[in-house]
Amino acid sequence: MLAGCAALCPWLRGFMGRIVLAILIAVVLPGCRRKDTSLKITGSDTMVQLAQHLVKAYLERNPGQAISVQGGGSGTGIAALLNGATDIASASREMKVKEWELAKSKGLNIKEYTIALDALAVVVHPTNKISRLTLAQLSDIYAGKITNWKELGGADMEILAISRENNSGTHVYFKEHVLRLGREASKGEAADPIATREFGPKVTYGVSSQAISDQVKKNPAAIGYFGMGWVSKEVKVLEISSDGKNYYLPTAENVRNKKYPIARSLHMYLNMASGERAQSFMDFVMSAVGQKIVREQDFVPIIHDG
Amino acid sequence: MLRRGKLVELAIEKVLIRTAGYLAVVILFLILLFILREGAPFFTSYRLDEFILRADWYPLSGRYGMLPLLSGSLLVTAVALIFSVPMAICSAIFISEIAPPVLRNLLKVLLEILASVPSVVFGFIGIVLLGPWLQQLLGIRTGMNALTAGILLAFMALPTIASVAEEALQAVPRSLREASLALGASRMQTILKVTVPAASTGIIAGIMLGVGRAIGETMTVMMVAGGSPQITLSPLEPVRTITGTIAAEMGEVVMGDQHYRALFMLGLLLFLITLGINTLSGVIIDRIRRRQGGRGGQGT
Repeated sequence: MLAGCAALCPWLRGFMGRIVLAILIAVVLPGCRRKDTSLKITGSDTMVQLAQHLVKAYLERNPGQAISVQGGGSGTGIAALLNGATDIASASREMKVKEWELAKSKGLNIKEYTIALDALAVVVHPTNKISRLTLAQLSDIYAGKITNWKELGGADMEILAISRENNSGTHVYFKEHVLRLGREASKGEAADPIATREFGPKVTYGVSSQAISDQVKKNPAAIGYFGMGWVSKEVKVLEISSDGKNYYLPTAENVRNKKYPIARSLHMYLNMASGERAQSFMDFVMSAVGQKIVREQDFVPIIHDG
Repeated sequence: MLRRGKLVELAIEKVLIRTAGYLAVVILFLILLFILREGAPFFTSYRLDEFILRADWYPLSGRYGMLPLLSGSLLVTAVALIFSVPMAICSAIFISEIAPPVLRNLLKVLLEILASVPSVVFGFIGIVLLGPWLQQLLGIRTGMNALTAGILLAFMALPTIASVAEEALQAVPRSLREASLALGASRMQTILKVTVPAASTGIIAGIMLGVGRAIGETMTVMMVAGGSPQITLSPLEPVRTITGTIAAEMGEVVMGDQHYRALFMLGLLLFLITLGINTLSGVIIDRIRRRQGGRGGQGT
């Protein structure tokens, strides 16, 4: 392990911020077995703000405890959970079967909590004439089948599709539910080309929601997506339809009554070996007070508290 | 007393310096070993020829073709060299041969400051200023492309190349310049026909260091190059580099996963490329030295 740490050092210098953290979590911690007693929450960038507000409110009611919140992406959080480096993983996607199996093989007992709902807003430059798209059109855009806004009734301009990097839960969600339209390749049947679609080779990637927002603001040809909490006045939010008849904006109401098609649930995964304090924090998150904070952070609460 | 002093001196020489020297080799070896240990099992579940020859990098779907990443890295590096080499050599010539001493010292300090700008700052400049500006100027699809990344990398490699080249020019013996001037050559003729050729090994060494700097740079390219894993020769297209891929994806992977191992093999690839560049520069420098027959006493 010591050799591992030493060998990674020159690499670390070039990596910045969260990547360093992520690697430290993934590589160093399991070897150096943590001793401090603070509770750790790691994972989804989409949920970092939310988690911090939840922690703050929780600590106000339960003083004398320490809880740290780290981002890095849903995958990072789940990897940390499986490597034993975090107590709670926050994730904007569900744990994959492969990950559940890995947890089982490592003897981890993990409990899933769905703590909020979130919608992905699809955004374009404010000057773009397009104001609504179907899921199928979105899929074609990101697969590189539709390459010009003209094909959708817009200006004669090549489309610049921007996606999140593949360490993001948002990326995975978008790939499965928009790009592949929620279809899964099943063995035995005739191959469904949409179920195995990949992002087109010309799709570009933004390292964060902020980076995507910055690009869409400035580029009239751009289209991008991110959690509804990131929407600002400088971008235009598109109405989305799953059937080509009814189009909806990503509002809290449309998400809650499941009309907006690109909505997902946000999760926290608790390592049951983390003890009482972690359990009591999760209970707080699921309580009416916790869910009120969820609403204040522009997400849609799970519990209907009126 | 004398004896004791000698003993200390001996201890320092034999133990400390030698250990430090060996340590560098040992660490290098350990790095290689570590990368291999983590990465090599990748090929128990994935075919080597597919890794090398496939043109699609979709790690989440279990497709690991490294070609688009390699071509992305090479394209960005090539663009960086096209911009940085002429600039760096010209500034080295100016600093070493033309500028008065006061200006020379000032410029050297400025070069060092340029070298110390963090790469994430170059990334911000690319996202906020250079990218959108190039996109409007050239009327292209996106400013996040190989050209933008290459230009930023050029400014990052510039101080490396320029300072090594400048040292090489400084090391050219005065007598060579004086002989040239005495034969009636102008100052410019002396620089171009005598000084620069005499310093060519050092200049090439500088360029090679610059290549290493450009190909290994991570943060800037990850932020600015666009991240599309496509094989292209056009610098106006977004590309994905080896370094950017490792940095962006390392956070996602579970230790011991196939994807995790694939990233380590990319690390090994990067390692081999840098090793190749260093070996190549050694060969080139050796060849030039031999051709010049020990005539020039240039440094580096």
